[in-house]
Amino acid sequence: MSIWKYANPAQFMRTTRWLLPWLTALAVLSVGTGLIWGFFFTPDDFRQGSTVKIIYLHVPSALMAINAWLMMLVTSLVWLIRRHHVSALLARAAAPVGLVMTLIALITGGIWGEPMWGTYWAWDPRLTSFLILFLFYLGYIALWQAVETQDTAADLTSVLCLVGSVFALLSRYAVNFWNQGLHQGTSVPVATGGRTVADVFFYPLAISMLGFGLMFIVLVLLRTRTEIRARRLQALLARERAAS
Amino acid sequence: MIALLRRDLILAIRAGGGFGLGLAFFLILCVLVPFGVGPAPATLAKIAPGILWVGALLACLLSLDRIFQLDAEDGTLDLLATSPLPLEGITSVKALAHWLTTGLPLTLAAAPLGLLLNLPPQATPWLVAGLALGTPALSVIGTFGAALTVGLKRGGLLISLLVLPLYMPTLLFGAEAARRGAEGLNATTPLLLMAGITAGTIALMPFASAAALRMNLR
Amino acid sequence: MDYTADHLACARGDRMVIAELSFHLAPGRALILRGPNGSGKTTLLRCLAGLTPPMAGRTSFAPEEVAYAAHADGLKAQMSVEETLHFWAQVFGASQIAPAITGFDLGPLMSRRVHTLSAGQKRRLSLSRLVLTGRRLWALDEPTVSLDSRAVAQFAAAVTAHLAGGGAAIIATHIDLGLTGADQLDIAPFRASAQTDTDPFLDEALQ
Repeated sequence: MSIWKYANPAQFMRTTRWLLPWLTALAVLSVGTGLIWGFFFTPDDFRQGSTVKIIYLHVPSALMAINAWLMMLVTSLVWLIRRHHVSALLARAAAPVGLVMTLIALITGGIWGEPMWGTYWAWDPRLTSFLILFLFYLGYIALWQAVETQDTAADLTSVLCLVGSVFALLSRYAVNFWNQGLHQGTSVPVATGGRTVADVFFYPLAISMLGFGLMFIVLVLLRTRTEIRARRLQALLARERAAS
Repeated sequence: MIALLRRDLILAIRAGGGFGLGLAFFLILCVLVPFGVGPAPATLAKIAPGILWVGALLACLLSLDRIFQLDAEDGTLDLLATSPLPLEGITSVKALAHWLTTGLPLTLAAAPLGLLLNLPPQATPWLVAGLALGTPALSVIGTFGAALTVGLKRGGLLISLLVLPLYMPTLLFGAEAARRGAEGLNATTPLLLMAGITAGTIALMPFASAAALRMNLR
Repeated sequence: MDYTADHLACARGDRMVIAELSFHLAPGRALILRGPNGSGKTTLLRCLAGLTPPMAGRTSFAPEEVAYAAHADGLKAQMSVEETLHFWAQVFGASQIAPAITGFDLGPLMSRRVHTLSAGQKRRLSLSRLVLTGRRLWALDEPTVSLDSRAVAQFAAAVTAHLAGGGAAIIATHIDLGLTGADQLDIAPFRASAQTDTDPFLDEALQ
């Protein structure tokens, strides 16, 4: 038994049908716990006051915005190399979710930034790279919708995703050169294993991040199921046309 | 390959709109901006590097959808794809032809248009050098966008959306170089970084463009 | 060397159109493709020319051996006939354009721009490119569209000359070209059906 078995649409539908309710329950539970704990049962920060609590939305959504693109990159590669249809549809399904996550990160960032920095928006490297990421998502989704032949659309968007990833990385470091930032350092540096927030803030944040991750998975699986049904409908209609 | 380049240049000259269109747009933009922001020389000098770079970029964008669209519509692209020329070579030549008809004239026109916008004289060499080094990347990346959208009826707007985020690093370094030049600083670093991006895109993008073209012909 | 195709399957877009198609073609002979509109003639020819990779099956020849002439003329209105011929000769590495001129009677048109030509003249110019490719197997999609009877005869003579020289041709056409040594292939029976179509989204388990 190999992992590629799940790349078969029918197998994917069967597996996700019983997996989804459990994942949904877990996602609701952890997002709810993380946010309620974070909003109501943590002390106010001595400098930032209760404004800091937007971190429980901002950081997880920013994390998922980037992870969604990484997932699209991997699934695009799988499609290009092994031509598993489910992989291409996973990438397609992830894009709008990633787009919304990016938007949430940008909006919550603006709301957080206003009392802290006195402005909703600044051309800070991090903010700017998120805006660029937002544009990449828009272009990717637009290309999917514009190309009628579905397999060709999958091919083209995969190539765009690969090329876009390189340029997104390039832009990320290019903007550093262009403007030094206001944005604070990362709150949970994974690479070093340390953290810059106190435990009281960290635990609800970790749960919220887990919840957003699960929510992302649930949404992507749901959307992929929809995409598979849509493709099936299309195939059936085409067969009917051919028969008549 | 040389035959293809020559043909593309002949067509650009004879069909009209090849050389002129981007250039005219660039001129219009540089004339409109002073009306928008006011004629104060200090303001213009401050924003001139950015306006000239953004203008060049938009002018470049304007002619992208013609790179493959015309050849695709009349069937030439199918015939070229079945010819002994490798598609990677075809996309490279197309990008070169686009640069010769768009990027090069824009680079040459930038210095006189800089006068119009009161660009500080010490910035002009940096601006022109930046455009000379940066516009090839714009053409090569644009060719990739054109290859992605070649089969689409209304590809023009989509190309802009796909290509603009890819133009970001080039624009950023190019405008930065011109701005540093305007302040009398040495702008070698951003220029070199941009040249690096240009070299990288020239080396690699034709492969991505050819792949996209192949997918679209299928 | 003979040209054969074995259990070929070709797709247009996401859909498999042709399945299980085999043919055998000896040098010096032509294969006439028959079938109603939409039966997959163009799809098959594009597949043989290498524009779309086959979904299944194999051919004994590489796409590089095939000279493809599509529905569309692939001509540029702003170029002269002579420039057009020189361009394609250079692309295909042909040393001279004279065979194309004589074969399709283009002599009087040489200095004219393509946009001044009639539809039939454009078609002739477009087909003359086949001679310049120097390839043995011609794959022609409705080559006689907009040709008058004299031009059709001229075209048939060019094909006959190509066959006599040891070449071969696969031609999708509705009219009789009067070629000697032509086999007919009706492709309607090779239409992909529910049995041969392996769309992964039509898996029975999905139902």
